[in-house]
Amino acid sequence: MLLSSVAERVYWFARYVERVENTARMLLVNNNLLLDMPRNSTLGWEPIVSITGIPEKFYERHKDATERNVMSFIIMDRNNPSCMLYSIKHARENLRTSRAIFPRAVWESLNDLYNYTKENKSAVLTRRSRYEFLRQVIDSCHLITGKLSASMSHDQIYEFVRLGRNIERADMTTRVIDVRADNLLPKNDEELKPFDDIQWKSVLDSLAGYQMYRRYVHVRVRGVEVLRYLLQDKYFPRAVYHCLIQAEHCLRNLPMNEAPQYALVKAQRMVRNAKVENIVHDSLNDYINKLQLAFIDINSELTSSYFEGKEVSPALYYGEPNIKVTA
Amino acid sequence: MTISWDNYSSGDSFDELITPGGRARAGAGKIVQYMRKLSDEDLRERRDAAELAMHVMGITFTVYNEEGEGGIDRVWPFDIIPRIITAREWSRTDAGLKQRVQALNMFIADLYDKQQIIKDGIFPKEVLAQSVNFREQCMGIKPAHGVWAHICGSDLVRDNHGTMYVLEDNLRVPSGVSYMLENRFVMKRIFPELFEDCSILPLDGYSTRLFDMLASLSLRPADFPTIVVLTPGIYNSAYFEHSYLAQQLGVELVSGSDLFVGEDDCVYMRTINGRERVDVIYRRVDDLFMDPEVFYPESKLGVPGIMRAWSKGNVAIANAPGAGVADDKVVYAYVPEMIRYYLDQDPILPNVPTYLCMDEKQCEYVLSNLENMVVKPANESGGYGMMVGPAVSKKTHKEFAALIKKDPRNYIAQPTLSLSTVPTMCDGDVEPRHVDLRPFILSGEDRHVTRGGLTRVALKKGSLVVNSSQGGGSKDTWIVETGGK
Repeated sequence: MLLSSVAERVYWFARYVERVENTARMLLVNNNLLLDMPRNSTLGWEPIVSITGIPEKFYERHKDATERNVMSFIIMDRNNPSCMLYSIKHARENLRTSRAIFPRAVWESLNDLYNYTKENKSAVLTRRSRYEFLRQVIDSCHLITGKLSASMSHDQIYEFVRLGRNIERADMTTRVIDVRADNLLPKNDEELKPFDDIQWKSVLDSLAGYQMYRRYVHVRVRGVEVLRYLLQDKYFPRAVYHCLIQAEHCLRNLPMNEAPQYALVKAQRMVRNAKVENIVHDSLNDYINKLQLAFIDINSELTSSYFEGKEVSPALYYGEPNIKVTA
Repeated sequence: MTISWDNYSSGDSFDELITPGGRARAGAGKIVQYMRKLSDEDLRERRDAAELAMHVMGITFTVYNEEGEGGIDRVWPFDIIPRIITAREWSRTDAGLKQRVQALNMFIADLYDKQQIIKDGIFPKEVLAQSVNFREQCMGIKPAHGVWAHICGSDLVRDNHGTMYVLEDNLRVPSGVSYMLENRFVMKRIFPELFEDCSILPLDGYSTRLFDMLASLSLRPADFPTIVVLTPGIYNSAYFEHSYLAQQLGVELVSGSDLFVGEDDCVYMRTINGRERVDVIYRRVDDLFMDPEVFYPESKLGVPGIMRAWSKGNVAIANAPGAGVADDKVVYAYVPEMIRYYLDQDPILPNVPTYLCMDEKQCEYVLSNLENMVVKPANESGGYGMMVGPAVSKKTHKEFAALIKKDPRNYIAQPTLSLSTVPTMCDGDVEPRHVDLRPFILSGEDRHVTRGGLTRVALKKGSLVVNSSQGGGSKDTWIVETGGK
């Protein structure tokens, strides 16, 4: 037995936790990358602003994408509906309103994370303490994911956790590809050539995929191969294709799954059949936009199959404050 | 510097742990001795550990802020020095509470049926006529086991002679039990050694008993009745408790919008599989918000048609709508009479002497002694709208005199009791602070009283107001076996 309203909150809880982790890793990696780049490199914090999908909100407040501005925008800016502190707050609200079904230990960890980030948020503004802060956030998210996996029945509720996690991962991977790869793909070869490798490595790193890539793709880190891996690999947990297969598995254990299943299979086909080497050269942005639309489709099928059938009570929190497709 | 019990004095008040001669009371010896050995630093460490545990576990209550952002969660202040009651005294209290709640339930059932107690001239008809919590819509309904108030929280206080009185009975949606359970959980974390040394009776089993009681109300013979906890939502100050209880019971926590009444007048919840029938609702929503078809039509917290489902016997509701009729400070004054009338027994636990302002003579007495009285409105809870005579100015006395004269039925008065105290950590030192005690009584097929209850403490020096919304905190309550002593 699973209440529609609970299923919805669980799904969004999982998405927010995943989003927090992804955001933290992305910042961490960019931070490390910039330390390696030449001083006059055009690369900076700008791409991070683009990845959020709402650069206009950033430029309402800030003139330049300086390190400090970007950090505060991503972590704690009230103007950014998907800033990390909000995501944590939304995850916590969703968990708080469905606390009865989660193991107590999960609540304790999320509450820890909430208190920690609230108290230490200014740590991200200085380079020295930033690493520790972001590391802590990532570890806390893993702790929550681990506790869920180890102490919660793997029943229908858990399927919604996994659904949320996998959809969010697929979404994040496409965003990272969209922004980072677009910058990286050959335009002014001369400028960046010597640093190409470390940049592609950082793309993999921001999705925690460098090590796995090395093990499974036996060629040097190269644009097309990296993209192929991140889009089409079956086994890497953040590869889009893998996420979509996982999501499909979740749906198999849920009732009335036809419509969302259909949307998922459609997205899977888009990924599986993609000719990466062609996409890379002429239509990456286009392709990613189509994928993002397919994800939105999955999301709305989930909503109408499972989450609706109730009036939305204004006292309860869920849903995404801002779904944005980069056009 | 460690705690010096020698300088500890509770003045005129009865102290629960220390005698006027400075010695430990029965059952408190071990802890007093133990705390004497702790250094300031040890104490601070224990207190910080408790605070941290509360914070980490998210043990909170909600206060409403002015910014309109809804409520904010506050960690409820917790004091690490427990309140101690001997098992011997407690068994008498236990019996007294059961007796009281039994009589109260018979009274409610009578009011919604033949009203024999009125016909027999024991309970005045006028009081009922003016009761704001009497629900005409409940007349003639017969809940399972004849029980209306399934969960009751009665507030007990002790005066300066050491007598324990019942101060009020909360029969609507009493809260606090989750804090009682969590307080114990925290105490076991920070004082494990004391739990080894003293024989403190365990609290375990409240959730099991609550579940069994609720299950026993199901009107549909089934092995696994579907039980839900109905909450007004996250902005309710007791939301933490609603969610906590649902978790402990292993049942769904629902809001009004999760439920609906089908064309067959049964209650269903909306699930990912479609509708599912509900058998028992433990509701934490006030009567008047439960069913917009019957009560407040604008209520969004309730379920349209739920009263119809209940009156047809298709769903059980705990506490039953209308049970609050006995949760009235005027009705309270009649409880000793009820016990004699329905049970033919003498009350085991006394009431605090109560003056009814609706009675002309008693009202006169109250008005001329306001400076020594506590005046309470008949139907408020949470400590709102009351006056503690000795603590306020002449001006306030005058204001209350006017209020009483305007609506005498709505006020009662009681002599100001000097509530008992318990040593409490205050800025590194230990000082006496006033406490009350709220045990919880479950009634279904049979009755059960928690071992101890929630001890609430007024953290402000000299204050008698223990409510969480008004600067109160809480303590763990130990019922201790004292062996042959």
